[in-house]
Amino acid sequence: MSSKQKYTQGIWSVITASSVGTLIEWYDFYIFGSLATIIASQFFPEDKGSSALLSTLAIFAAGFIVRPFGALVFGRLGDMVGRKYTFLLTLVLMGGSTFCIGLIPGYKSIGVAAPLLVLLLRLIQGLALGGEYGGAATYVAEHAPIERRGFFTSWIQTTATLGLFVSLGIILTTRNTLGVEAFNEWGWRIPFLVSSLLVIVSIYIRMKMEESPLFTKLKKEGKTSSNPLKESFTKKDNLKMVLLALFGAVMGQGVIWYTGQFYAQSFIENVCKIDFAQSRTILLWAIAFATPFFVFFGGLSDKVGRKWIMMLGMLLGILSYRSIYQYFLDHSSDKNKTEIVAQTTVERKATLIESSGDSLVKTITLRHFTDGAHFKETVTDTFYVAKASLGVKPLKKMEKVLGDGDYWMFIFLVFFQVLLVTMVYGPIAAFLVELFPTKIRYTSMSLPYHIGNGVFGGLVPFISTLIIEYTKTAENPAGTPLAGLWYPMAVATVCLIIGSLYLSNEVDHNVRDDENVYIHPHHDNHHA
Amino acid sequence: MNTLKRLLGFVWLLTGPAILVYLLMEASKKIALPTSTSNDVLQWSIIIGIFCPIALGFMLFGYYSLKGEYDLDPEFHPK
Repeated sequence: MSSKQKYTQGIWSVITASSVGTLIEWYDFYIFGSLATIIASQFFPEDKGSSALLSTLAIFAAGFIVRPFGALVFGRLGDMVGRKYTFLLTLVLMGGSTFCIGLIPGYKSIGVAAPLLVLLLRLIQGLALGGEYGGAATYVAEHAPIERRGFFTSWIQTTATLGLFVSLGIILTTRNTLGVEAFNEWGWRIPFLVSSLLVIVSIYIRMKMEESPLFTKLKKEGKTSSNPLKESFTKKDNLKMVLLALFGAVMGQGVIWYTGQFYAQSFIENVCKIDFAQSRTILLWAIAFATPFFVFFGGLSDKVGRKWIMMLGMLLGILSYRSIYQYFLDHSSDKNKTEIVAQTTVERKATLIESSGDSLVKTITLRHFTDGAHFKETVTDTFYVAKASLGVKPLKKMEKVLGDGDYWMFIFLVFFQVLLVTMVYGPIAAFLVELFPTKIRYTSMSLPYHIGNGVFGGLVPFISTLIIEYTKTAENPAGTPLAGLWYPMAVATVCLIIGSLYLSNEVDHNVRDDENVYIHPHHDNHHA
Repeated sequence: MNTLKRLLGFVWLLTGPAILVYLLMEASKKIALPTSTSNDVLQWSIIIGIFCPIALGFMLFGYYSLKGEYDLDPEFHPK
């Protein structure tokens, strides 16, 4: 076997080992989000006491907020001890905490200990993810040939999307196999427990890997950093690059990513009221079609530079989001559809509540439309014996199933958004790796990455929903559904301006490892 | 280009505190609403807690930009 063949085989082993582990970490992180509603009902009480506060903390914030801290803790470790053992540790922590979430008894069994345990494990998940990505990207980049760094690191980039794909697939399969009731009761634990099998396989693969060659060389020469945190964030030359990476690239990339993959799903399900299964299959198809483009744009960035591909992704997002989400609204509404009135069915069922004498009346209206769509509205109302109880609003639930034409158009529009994600996210690992020298790379690249993605990106669904809530008035009780897009569009716009003006499109082949070289963001070090 | 970057540095330097003031004003307005709950207080505390250091970082970025730390070096970019 020639040395070239051996090298090619070696780099693919490195990519496989790194990617499988990272994919599992993303899978673990996503199943919690995808099952948030069920988790809330299992682990938190229905009243609004102190545990409700914990539920807010756990579900809304914890996993995202601690990611930058994980980046600092494990980044430091990775720059001091090595990449291999650090991201092996993050994998064990992530897999272990995910498995344990699947085992925690519900609130009804152990009371407030249940949400506390979930919160603790969710914090560990966030910390582990904060440490994982930087390690995997650095590890692959340090093995890759310099002229193909974008291509090889882009395989790591596919894992975040594939992790979501696998998590949705396993959740849907389990739900369809067990049925909705059994899934909500105990079946939701299966995706958490399955994680342990995946983690064991991944640990086995990673154990057989060797340390990164660049890090090994530094270690042999005694040039590793004794205090990577201090070097990364107190030395101006590094700190200014950390800030530039965050504000000129990663914060925009983060909002484009979370808008395309998470806010899109949340909007389609919660605002457009598309039913549970269809809203998930829309995302699944879109991801399946778009995922190869991570590698395409990663490879392209080796040839034309990273900067303009990422900036174009942001620009297209800013220009297209409002039209795309307006389309979602228009085509999930009955205003633009023709109802087949003859096929409309109304089913009413009353149940007597023996203890009070009140009646629970459930009315299900099923409407069909000429384009193949059908909307199901379930209204649950209580008829009270005591007149004083009158005036309680009935509970309404709408589930819409789109016709084929709209369904595929929705898939295309989500695909387009994920395509933009591949443009901004495909080249970002190579871009970050090339900003920082080997000895502090794990620490320096992890922090802006996780602030950009965990904070700016991770908060997109929450902040956008909050903005919509604040547009609701007595005159306009539904609010302005598109108002939520202002947050990602504003962040992406600022990032686009900064990135376009301040970033260089040149690729730094030396990654600033020569300490005598003047550190400058705008040219290759080999010029210096 | 360098002049534009330095001028924008001034904008970024001012944007940091502007974001903080805006967030604090919004938070106090929303928390003061009669419909607000303890969750609103918590959510706004988290938002402000997260974006405070980011706004400071943005100011620092603006400061570096204003001082010319991100200027192109003409030696390496001849016309």
